[in-house]
Amino acid sequence: MTTLLFIEQVLNGLQSGVMLFLMAAGLTLVFGVMGLINLAHGSVYMIGAFAAAAVAGATGSFLLALAASLAAAAAAGALIEIVVIRRLYDRDHLDQVLATFALILIFSEGTRWAFGSFPLYLNIPEYLSGPVTLPGGIQYPLYRLTIIAAGLSVAAGLFLLISRTRLGIQIRAGESDREMIAALGVDISRLYTIVFALGAALAGLAGALVGAIQSVQVGMGEPVLILAFVVIVIGGIGSIKGALIGSILVGLTDTLGGLFLPRFFGLFLDPASATSVGSALASMLIYILMAGVLIVKPSGLFGATT
Amino acid sequence: MNFKSLILAASVAAVSTVAHGEGLKVGMITTLSGGGAGLGIDVRDGFMLAISQSGRSDIDVVIEDDQRKPDVAVQLADKMIQSEKVDVLTGIIWSNLAMAVVPSATAQGKFYLSPNAGPSALAGKGCHQNYFNVAWQNDNLHEAAGAYASDAGFANAFILAPNYPAGKDALTGFKRFFKGDLAGEIYTKLGQTDYAAEIAQIRASGADSVFFFLPGGMGISFLKQYADSGVDLPLVGPAFSFDQGILQAVGDAALGVKNTSQWNKDIDNAANAAFVASFQAEYGRLPSLYASQGFDTANLLISAMNTADVDDQGAFRAALEAANFDSVRGNFSFGVNHHPVQDIYVREVIKEGDVYTNKIIGTGLTNHADAYAADCKM
Repeated sequence: MTTLLFIEQVLNGLQSGVMLFLMAAGLTLVFGVMGLINLAHGSVYMIGAFAAAAVAGATGSFLLALAASLAAAAAAGALIEIVVIRRLYDRDHLDQVLATFALILIFSEGTRWAFGSFPLYLNIPEYLSGPVTLPGGIQYPLYRLTIIAAGLSVAAGLFLLISRTRLGIQIRAGESDREMIAALGVDISRLYTIVFALGAALAGLAGALVGAIQSVQVGMGEPVLILAFVVIVIGGIGSIKGALIGSILVGLTDTLGGLFLPRFFGLFLDPASATSVGSALASMLIYILMAGVLIVKPSGLFGATT
Repeated sequence: MNFKSLILAASVAAVSTVAHGEGLKVGMITTLSGGGAGLGIDVRDGFMLAISQSGRSDIDVVIEDDQRKPDVAVQLADKMIQSEKVDVLTGIIWSNLAMAVVPSATAQGKFYLSPNAGPSALAGKGCHQNYFNVAWQNDNLHEAAGAYASDAGFANAFILAPNYPAGKDALTGFKRFFKGDLAGEIYTKLGQTDYAAEIAQIRASGADSVFFFLPGGMGISFLKQYADSGVDLPLVGPAFSFDQGILQAVGDAALGVKNTSQWNKDIDNAANAAFVASFQAEYGRLPSLYASQGFDTANLLISAMNTADVDDQGAFRAALEAANFDSVRGNFSFGVNHHPVQDIYVREVIKEGDVYTNKIIGTGLTNHADAYAADCKM
């Protein structure tokens, strides 16, 4: 166990955490402002990744691909809100879950029909590929460092947007009392469409950024969606700050758990069973974390106490 | 014989044709979507190529997608056995799905011909007279990789595989023939797409080589991330980690890597040459080892149909055991537990024009059977 390995794993945890944040931010905004459970959030993540892969394949430019992922996911988000979600605000959560689950199936089959079942591969651009040497002699892939920086700057931008702009004021006001801000003359349905599209765009960006190191395939959004729900439950529903802290907590727990647990069991079990028990327990660790947080703070770390 | 009895004889013959000569119905459950889709599609295409080349119209194949989910596979198997009334099941790629489907299908009197998954549990104590594996027992290719790694002089390997039955068989198989030490041993999640944490452990482990078993999309993700990480330890693996589908997606990063396989497109026999040429003509891509396994499975089935009727289970089983078909691998026979006894080759990844592919550079293990046959009591 070396310090270098530990620092590299912390960076890995941070990287998966900030990508999770991009996903969770939209989910928590939509839930907080509109009171809507949106299972189709994983589908816009997938749409972003596919749009990026298609544009990168056609033009060869990674930046254009990222722009396409933002645009396609935001457009898909706005479309979903206007066509389907708008009719569901007054319904209970079960109806919302059913309708957005149907959207998952529609988007997955639609994407399969358009792009096929084979995974697509988005390549890391030449100027971001390969490792860099960090102070202390740690070698780390430049691309992963870049997406940590990109994720953190999006987080900062989002904080400024929510706390400093007129749109942010409206979002916060909509969160606490939607009738009142409608009465004050704010076009609430336009606000909802904007929030939904913003959340979708962030998810699409995450899909494209992650798609470049993993693979772009139908159904890639759902595992991330589950983690994003864990994040917003830990962070507190509706809280962007909670989503950021929760994401990084989940990212670090997942990565470091996978590293330490097998070693811990290795102290008193033989190597083969230590690895299998350790990795089985490591995959449960984030849910144990969630349960622990819920016991101590039932509304999440930064949730409004009701 | 008068006219009446002629008609009677003809109609009896017709009835018996309906009852027996109707041919044979095959249920294929395989993975056609998600990160494992490439494997199932190759098995299906190889299988269907052999069926269409045989020119037989009495084989009816029902194909369904299991989405790499054991529960879906079990439902499909129930549907195929109960409402489709298939005679033979085949197609499953993943060992965890095979474990969920095969024991109950064979217990219900169906034949199961495995074109891919060969979990150790079905080769030893859990073997069954109606279960035939046409590909390999899971450990086989990894055993050859272990033997190769020792021969190549590696003494301290880092090994990793997904946490499911075939992953465990893989590491067991590698360790059975590898004489060096292990710098580390990790099980990853099945279907995992991010290997940053594992690569960091490889970097810190002080190993002199890396053995990994990550089929399908998992292998592509791992190899791309490995190439980008700056870790440059030599890689060793089974053919699954370097099959035709993975190589095209990974590109230059895999060049020169050694891997072990029971099949390659340059094995020199007439059946193989015809298979490779006709597969390319039909589908416009090079066949993978999965396609070769699907092709062999269908040809085994057809060879058995030529000598026996599937309704006569004893005769049909004997016909399958004889394995009287021209395997694209060359020599092929079944051991006592209905698993292959075959040669396993060492291949190297090369580039032919614009296409990445494998070339045989030597033989890893000759006439190799699996380690579990002794436990099988049929």
